[in-house]
Amino acid sequence: MTQATDITPKLAEFEARIGRGEKIEPGDWMPDDYRKQLIRMISQHAHSEIVGMLPEGNYITRAPSLRRKMVLIAKVQDEGGHGQYLYHAAETLGISRDEMEQALLAGKAKYSSIFNYPTLNWADIGMIGWLVDGAAIKNQTMLAHCSYGPYSRAMVRICAEETFHQRQGKEMIVKYAQGTPNQRQMAQDALNRWWWPVLMMFGPHDSDSPNSEVLRRWGVKTQSNDTVRQLFLDEVVPELMAIGLQIPDPQLHFDAENKHWKHGPIDWAHFWQVVKGNGPMNKERLAARNQAHDNGAWVRDAVTAYASRK
Amino acid sequence: MNANLTSALDSRLLALADDELILAHRDSEWTGHAPMIEEDIALANIAQDELGHATLWYAILCDLRKQPDEHTDQLVYFRDAADWRNAQLLELPIGDWAFTMLRQFLFDQFEWVLLPALTKSSHTAVTQAAAKVLREEIYHTRHSTAWVRRLGQGTAESHRRMQTALDVQWPLANQLFVPMLGDEALVAAGIWPDMAPLQQQWLAKVGEMLAECGLIAPASAATRVSRASHTEHLTALLADMQSVARLDPQADW
Repeated sequence: MTQATDITPKLAEFEARIGRGEKIEPGDWMPDDYRKQLIRMISQHAHSEIVGMLPEGNYITRAPSLRRKMVLIAKVQDEGGHGQYLYHAAETLGISRDEMEQALLAGKAKYSSIFNYPTLNWADIGMIGWLVDGAAIKNQTMLAHCSYGPYSRAMVRICAEETFHQRQGKEMIVKYAQGTPNQRQMAQDALNRWWWPVLMMFGPHDSDSPNSEVLRRWGVKTQSNDTVRQLFLDEVVPELMAIGLQIPDPQLHFDAENKHWKHGPIDWAHFWQVVKGNGPMNKERLAARNQAHDNGAWVRDAVTAYASRK
Repeated sequence: MNANLTSALDSRLLALADDELILAHRDSEWTGHAPMIEEDIALANIAQDELGHATLWYAILCDLRKQPDEHTDQLVYFRDAADWRNAQLLELPIGDWAFTMLRQFLFDQFEWVLLPALTKSSHTAVTQAAAKVLREEIYHTRHSTAWVRRLGQGTAESHRRMQTALDVQWPLANQLFVPMLGDEALVAAGIWPDMAPLQQQWLAKVGEMLAECGLIAPASAATRVSRASHTEHLTALLADMQSVARLDPQADW
């Protein structure tokens, strides 16, 4: 009873701070649920960066010019840096990087389903940069306004780098869409395969999004899934059309009254299958992470042994 | 510069650029698969540096051949294995972390003796490039030296893996110093250093580290084959590396 009367004013003060637009910092009082939701979101985000190195890393050895090779290594390296940075942000909430990594390796943690699709041709690298990173930027720009200080600051920094990623991806696709017949075909094939998974990146429709209400009240998510998806659609549809690529949605149309692009129905049954681990690459991605971790065990042991003797 | 000198410098530049490029390619394969995130980041960085160094040496080569810079991508993506001049040491698959770190160390030490000599070259473009590369090599050397110490003196397993890597790599490392046609003329003109004394410096530096780690250089005969000779691994590496570019040779990527 004393505890309950103790916490209620704290919760009221916490919500008042968020109402005033203040940032919550690591040492500050926060409700357990806020802490849990943030650990869930930030660690999932970190895992997405780390697993996200794999589909693009797949083409590092095959980048078709030295400039593309250099840019791709740098981009995948940035993703590793983002993962590391986000793990640190989550650690400020009282969880260790080791715990988070173990959860990923054991298949208990989620990461963005977009990385459970394969990269099948070189234009996929451009399409990922343009659309996947573009969608991520839309989400992250929203999260840069979130109420938790370390996450918000991480998003500001990461968005700045993602903007370069998106720019190089778009530059590739624009060039290939106007390039040789082979290149045009590659770009179209990449769009055909990435379009729907990218639209799913924003999450379920608002009416089916279980975590959204409390996250909005505490200033973690400041815009709904459908709102952010609409922002993305209105930006990329005219750009893709302008370069002559066909968006694989026969029902896609411009709603003249609301001045918005409207997409056809999204296959949510497929989305949930991938979330639950049955996407085309879920098992391979986890196996690759586990292999890197297992192969690195003796290396980490050697580092510890050497450090303990010095 | 007379035709003999030009041709000799062409060979040396091509060999050095190919060394850097093939090593960068192998190192970049670790991106996303390293033993810890910090090393994904570090090795990706080193790969980018080595790729940048390769581009610098290829650019001097393009000038020498009076070709535009685009000639570099032609050299990298449309040249078959027999025409590459990298040392075999650098084309071997990445192996385990001990194999990759030891190879990086042996090559960093090679550059560590070669580059200061190149900064005194009478060929200005070489002098300038060597000075630039040397500044970045400080960090590579520091990184690979730290890893050889940690693994060489870490656990029994890490030591064993280092020794296994050394047994394979030691005889091949000699190919880095193997003479090339026209070397004497380049040395006489002060364009490229004499590789024999550099090899002695290299042996002294590397020998110190091996001794510190209790690693034993195998007595097997050193590779004396020319840089035109390759393992089967180069063919596979090139087939992969060149696959997209060769899908459409007319395309601008």
